[in-house]
Amino acid sequence: MAGKNSLYGPLDPAPDAGYVDPPPRMGFFTDTSVCIGCKACEVACKEWNLVPDDGFNLLGTSYDNTGGLTANSWRHVAFIEQPAVGGPAVDALAAAATITDPKPEPQFLGMPMSDLPGRTMDAPRSDFRWLMMSNVCKHCTHAACLDVCPTGALFRTEFGSVVVQEDICNGCGYCIPACPYGVIDRREDDGRAWKCTLCYDRIGDGLMPACATACPTQSIQYGELDELRARAQHRVEKLHEQGVAEARLYGHDPNDGVGGGGAFFLLLDEPEVYGLPPDPVVTTRDLPAMYKRAGLAALAMAAVVVASFVGGRS
Amino acid sequence: MRRRRDKQRPAEESVVPPAEFRSYYGRPVVKPAVWHHDVAAYLFTGGLAAGSALLAAGGDATGRPALRRAGRVTALGALVASTYYLVHDLGRPERFLHMLRVAKPTSPMSMGTWILSGFGAAAGVSAAAEGAALLPERGVLGLARKILTPVGTAGQYGAAAIAPALATYTAVLLADTATPSWHAAYPELPFIFAGSALASGAGVGLIAAPSEQAGPARRLAVLAAAMELYGAHRVESTKGLLSEPYTQGRASRRLRAGRALTALGAAGALLGGRSRAVSALSGLSLLTASLATRFGIFDAGIASARDPKYTVLPQRESLAARAASDETATTKIQRGPAAAGP
Repeated sequence: MAGKNSLYGPLDPAPDAGYVDPPPRMGFFTDTSVCIGCKACEVACKEWNLVPDDGFNLLGTSYDNTGGLTANSWRHVAFIEQPAVGGPAVDALAAAATITDPKPEPQFLGMPMSDLPGRTMDAPRSDFRWLMMSNVCKHCTHAACLDVCPTGALFRTEFGSVVVQEDICNGCGYCIPACPYGVIDRREDDGRAWKCTLCYDRIGDGLMPACATACPTQSIQYGELDELRARAQHRVEKLHEQGVAEARLYGHDPNDGVGGGGAFFLLLDEPEVYGLPPDPVVTTRDLPAMYKRAGLAALAMAAVVVASFVGGRS
Repeated sequence: MRRRRDKQRPAEESVVPPAEFRSYYGRPVVKPAVWHHDVAAYLFTGGLAAGSALLAAGGDATGRPALRRAGRVTALGALVASTYYLVHDLGRPERFLHMLRVAKPTSPMSMGTWILSGFGAAAGVSAAAEGAALLPERGVLGLARKILTPVGTAGQYGAAAIAPALATYTAVLLADTATPSWHAAYPELPFIFAGSALASGAGVGLIAAPSEQAGPARRLAVLAAAMELYGAHRVESTKGLLSEPYTQGRASRRLRAGRALTALGAAGALLGGRSRAVSALSGLSLLTASLATRFGIFDAGIASARDPKYTVLPQRESLAARAASDETATTKIQRGPAAAGP
């Protein structure tokens, strides 16, 4: 069962976990270039999975008042406000002025336009851009949370996703510092670890996960991972053709530090800008080396004790 | 402060990258462990149990009953405390038995549970055997008295055999996480924990044994201190940016206190000679040192998880290093072997 890539490297996780003839691996492709920051995914996830509220706070971090993925937020929409990349800075007010018709009337009152944005006027783009991204559990090929779980509460599903069994978890908390993305978390008043299940109770019945179902722009796409990867590759090439040079895929590569995610992303900036680790590595890659060092230290310990009792006179 | 640290660091060691990095509103990338100080306390009591069990076995094997008795009793006491801390730290303490559903080599906590269970059984009977003399000589209890002594001896050696694993697996437990400064320290942490466990065991011996039996505890104190101090020095000086959490704030204060008390305890053990008072103070110093060191290492890891720079910057470095090596490989291929010459 434990193959040579069981701890690290490209792998199909479900057969490695012992499933005979499993269904195709399912996952998410989250294309942030079309995310509008509506947070329907956050809401749909809470509704379907009965996830409690995460507090009602104003965080002062743009439109993000969720903060991050926690035990009570399994989807999280990040909002980043930043100067637009490339091109000289543009006076946004001057740009807005070009929107008005040469005729003195009607006055621009800030109301929605009757035409599609950008169609009528060749207004220069402003010097400011929004980045929005719906973050989620990556359902890693090599999932550190699953590896370190001492009770077997975390398990690999036949779809290749990683799910916590809430009737087994005893809240030891080990999965939480193990996750290289800071996803899984312990619920304070409940004591157990919680995270995205890839809607395990929906996908088995052929339904889409709640977040993907609710997403109005298909920023969150659910499907067979192989197909999603091909689609993402096509999309990023298309964006490059259109001059969006900063578009890049994140978490799609089976050769990365976690063997590729079951959920991966198209980003428009460096991963850390979205709060993602730039080069995550599953901690258990080094576990054999760690045990080896511990074994050496244990031998040294025994040697020191023997030397202390055997050597000397008193 | 910074300049002074840089001066201490030899030039060939890893370079601290520039502290420019981007993050999402300064929020941590990885989550710090949700463990309370129960786990830090367990690191100490688990090590104390291991060190004491080894002390008991050595004392019994070389005819030093005071070391045997103190070691056995302390091992059991520390084990009970360990179990309390571990269960208390669970989010669902009533489900602690779920730990025994599986035996899972990829989970150091699962391995540790089995190590602790085996150790507990062995250390339990060996401590119980210390009470054998209190039982009556006749009847059923008399029989128990007769059996208990050899069973206790077997338990004592069993516990001693498991003790090194008990003392070092906790280092793997911390290192096998995405917590940057714990993971980076994985080669040295087991040696620090082994040294710390032995030093606390030696401390028990120094406190409990009369000076004519305390010789091995004295030597143990010195060797253990050397092991612990060397490991801690490596962790604080060779991990580049990831050494920083060990040298700042509360973690640094606790580690410095641990280091000073370890040195003091070892010196007292070495030079205290026949004085019971000096020996006992040295023992106490070693025990406190072990406690301070464990809390310091625990704190340093938590601090490294809280600041995104400890996650982002080293990963940026590894990405850059990989890109550079890819580039060299590509250039070589493009230029071909003929073009490689001058």
